[in-house]
Amino acid sequence: MSTGLDRWILTLVTFIPLAGGVLLLLFPRRHRDIRVFALVVSLLTFVVSLHLPAAFHRSQAGFQFEMDHAWIPTPNIHYHMGADGVSMWLVVLTTFLTPLCVLISWKSVGERVKEFFILLLVLETALIGVFLALDLFLFYFFWEATLIPMALLIGMYGHGRRVYAAVKFFLYTMIASVFMLASILWLYAKTGTFDFVVIQNLIHAGQVPNFAAAAQWLFLGFFLAFAVKVPLFPFHTWLPDAHVEAPTAGSVLLAGVLLKMGTYGMFRFNLGLFPDQSRSNAGWIMVLAVIGIIYGALVAMVQPNMKKLIAYSSISHLGFVVLGIFSLTPMGLSGATYIMLAHGVSTGALFMLAGILYERRHTYEIADFGGLATPMPVYATFFSFIMLASVGLPLLNGFIGEFMVLSGAFQARPVYGILAATGVIWSACYLLWMYQRVFFGKVSHEVNLSLPDLSVRERTALWPTAIVALVMGVAPLLWLNAIEPAVRASLAGFASPLAQIVSKAVGQ
Amino acid sequence: MTSPQALPTAVEYVRILPEIVLSIFGMLIMVLDPLLDESSGRKTLGGLALVGALGAIAATLYQAGHPGTGFWGMVNVDSFSVFFHVLVTAVTAVVILTSFEYLEVQQIRAGEYYGLILFGAVGMCLMSSAVELVLIFIALEISSISTYILAGFRRRSAISSEASVKYFLLGSFATAFFLYGVALMFGATGSTSIPVISQALRSGPAPLLAYAGLALMFVGLGFKVAAAPFHVWTPDVYEGAPSPVVGFMSTAPKAAAFAVLLRIVFEAHAPGSLWFIWVTAVLSMTLGNVAALVQNNVKRLLAYSSIAHAGYLLMAFAALPENGIPAAMFYTASYAAMNVGAFAVIGHFAGAGERHVTLEDYSGLGRRSPLLAATLTIFLLSLIGIPITGGFFAKFYVFSAALQAHLLGLVIIGVLNSAVGAYYYLRIIVVMYMKEPREETPVPAVPAGLGIALAISVVATIYLGILPGHVLEFASRSAAELLR
Repeated sequence: MSTGLDRWILTLVTFIPLAGGVLLLLFPRRHRDIRVFALVVSLLTFVVSLHLPAAFHRSQAGFQFEMDHAWIPTPNIHYHMGADGVSMWLVVLTTFLTPLCVLISWKSVGERVKEFFILLLVLETALIGVFLALDLFLFYFFWEATLIPMALLIGMYGHGRRVYAAVKFFLYTMIASVFMLASILWLYAKTGTFDFVVIQNLIHAGQVPNFAAAAQWLFLGFFLAFAVKVPLFPFHTWLPDAHVEAPTAGSVLLAGVLLKMGTYGMFRFNLGLFPDQSRSNAGWIMVLAVIGIIYGALVAMVQPNMKKLIAYSSISHLGFVVLGIFSLTPMGLSGATYIMLAHGVSTGALFMLAGILYERRHTYEIADFGGLATPMPVYATFFSFIMLASVGLPLLNGFIGEFMVLSGAFQARPVYGILAATGVIWSACYLLWMYQRVFFGKVSHEVNLSLPDLSVRERTALWPTAIVALVMGVAPLLWLNAIEPAVRASLAGFASPLAQIVSKAVGQ
Repeated sequence: MTSPQALPTAVEYVRILPEIVLSIFGMLIMVLDPLLDESSGRKTLGGLALVGALGAIAATLYQAGHPGTGFWGMVNVDSFSVFFHVLVTAVTAVVILTSFEYLEVQQIRAGEYYGLILFGAVGMCLMSSAVELVLIFIALEISSISTYILAGFRRRSAISSEASVKYFLLGSFATAFFLYGVALMFGATGSTSIPVISQALRSGPAPLLAYAGLALMFVGLGFKVAAAPFHVWTPDVYEGAPSPVVGFMSTAPKAAAFAVLLRIVFEAHAPGSLWFIWVTAVLSMTLGNVAALVQNNVKRLLAYSSIAHAGYLLMAFAALPENGIPAAMFYTASYAAMNVGAFAVIGHFAGAGERHVTLEDYSGLGRRSPLLAATLTIFLLSLIGIPITGGFFAKFYVFSAALQAHLLGLVIIGVLNSAVGAYYYLRIIVVMYMKEPREETPVPAVPAGLGIALAISVVATIYLGILPGHVLEFASRSAAELLR
């Protein structure tokens, strides 16, 4: 592998989709060509992004493929990109899901096709940028940049109350991120740089003036922006609306990647910059996470709407991620990262499956279905497989992460571990019950008898998720051996004897 | 200073070269106007006006190589004046480009229109290079009178005439304030020349008259920049005036008035400006944003938004000069780029008689004319202050300049205001993209002139958002020169 490619690879991965989007602008309005081109661009991005895990030095902590280039002199902003084991896999998750989004939107988006795919590609660039930016300003820029295409996707291509959902989504997340901006600007005012690595070193060396007094507020500023994005209970109310109204591809990226921006931010910035505050605040954050796990699951149970059910299940699953992160143990953190990836794949697939049904019947109401296994056997099989992955069946991807998070939580605070473990049971309840009502029994509605089973295109979109769900379940080390050094490095700032002992014990 | 008896040398004429070029072309247009019939006149005179504006830009660039004072110390060419000359003439050129189509659609006679725009530009250019208060007053009047007339150019429309009369009456009142302030300043310091005033005010405690003089001048200029509480004319005039003219008068004269204000506040070291700038800034931001929330007419909405932006900009004046001046200069430039662009789109979309100017008319614009909607979206995002647009760094520099001057309260009010502001700009975007079009009438195709104008505005907006360093550096350098 040439060093030149390693230097440019992150820039390439980030901006190929954007370049594709700009080229799409010049395309004539022939829908087929536009779709094919969008697919080619997103596949190309995926293939290029595979260079990351291929060339990644897994045993190394710290950032790789770095590129640091002065961008704006005043304020001192750098184009600083870099990936560690966590961000690398989140990038690959993004590039993996985008082509599937293109496939799944092939038919369901019938008008303003060009704008749709442009927005999708721009969104991909912004999402990748969020995970790779190592300059706080650049990070904030990409963070805000995800907002506009996502809100437009919801507002332009969504269902009934789409405008309401889009505006709510936009305002919630934008207002929350203002607090993050304030924290970033405070750090800049004191250090004269936006560079994450430099600021982190300065903080660890205790060279930031007045840091001790402000740290709690800075921590909360970052945390609030991320908590709304995750969304952590009680900041979650925008999510069900956004999901229910969003078009399928929007939901896939929203649940699959966008929510992970929040947990990634907690991991990178809250833990990375404020280790002391992370420890002192971990208690109530874990409480919120556990509430989110149980509350999300219970509310999911009673949802009559399939998409809303999956949306609430996301709140529950993301609760596990936050729990894992603030368990502040290597085990919990690795597990949290693993859930981020697994949830991206399986919930992305669940939303695709719900979208496929919506394309045929134009409803998400569970009561409108029943006995679907008869007319759509292949669909039912895919659904059960993905659902079991999401439930956390051993040998599928959901299990590994939840197991690790729970053992991390047990190490940190056993009570939370016990409470959170019930979430696993709840998730089995609501998903299996939903499955039973939709697929088993007699066909309750005449219309459903003639529903066509999956087309080749739909199968093409679903197979990769099923395969990845299986591989992630049986060979987690493929992912974990890159994640662990990054996790360990992020915990280096935690000098507590307990954490050291634990990290030694787990490291062996 | 040169002695009053000596005639100006050749290089001193270079120091007013852009004004000379603009005046010659303005007069040429007036002379040619009666000789041409209406439709061919529009094209020829428009072309001529464009050449004049471009010529003025070229003259400014040439002039930049010959800095110094001229005409017995009345004008001063420094990088500060060059900055505003380029800004004003560039805005003029872009507005002329957008006017080609507009005049055709609205059936407006071209001769006087283009002539007045060029004469107005003469006044605005002179405002930024004049360092003598009486000359500044004359320049202010040149620019004001032409905008008074331009505001009433939609003769068939009653609200346009109302706009013109209202603007004229209140405007004359405001310039009278300015003149009175000049007189008091003369009484306080014994001179109307800014360098002399500066020396006088720095040499000892400022006399009470100087405070009063500054306050009165501030009232006059506050009117021109539409800062609250001198803003009441703005919504009515912006609603009634032709859209390209609104694009023009919401940017170029404002920039020039801010240039004058910068010279008076910072170069002349006028005393006691801080607290009433503080109050005006807060009032403008808050009033502008809150009133904009409930507007249904897009032009009125942007009128209130421009009041709010004047407020953000005034924050820079409350800051320390070495940060405040560059921040204010950067703000005027990026505000000019986005606002001229926004009004160009609005003017194009309004149609004959400016019928389509309510928010509902914009529903589904994203579907009917994707490119136009996307362009307007860029300008609106910049007005909100979203990153990679000029509007973001404009706000950023102003806020950080105020922070460095320890004006924390002002910054907090400013940040809260920009959060409120996001809402009404978003309303337009939401309506454009997420509402079904009311009627499936396609928007008229964008003609070449308007296309170029929009392209320039978009490129400038994004350029200031991606590489703000160049402009800011230039502004910092001219601030240093100004403060020397």
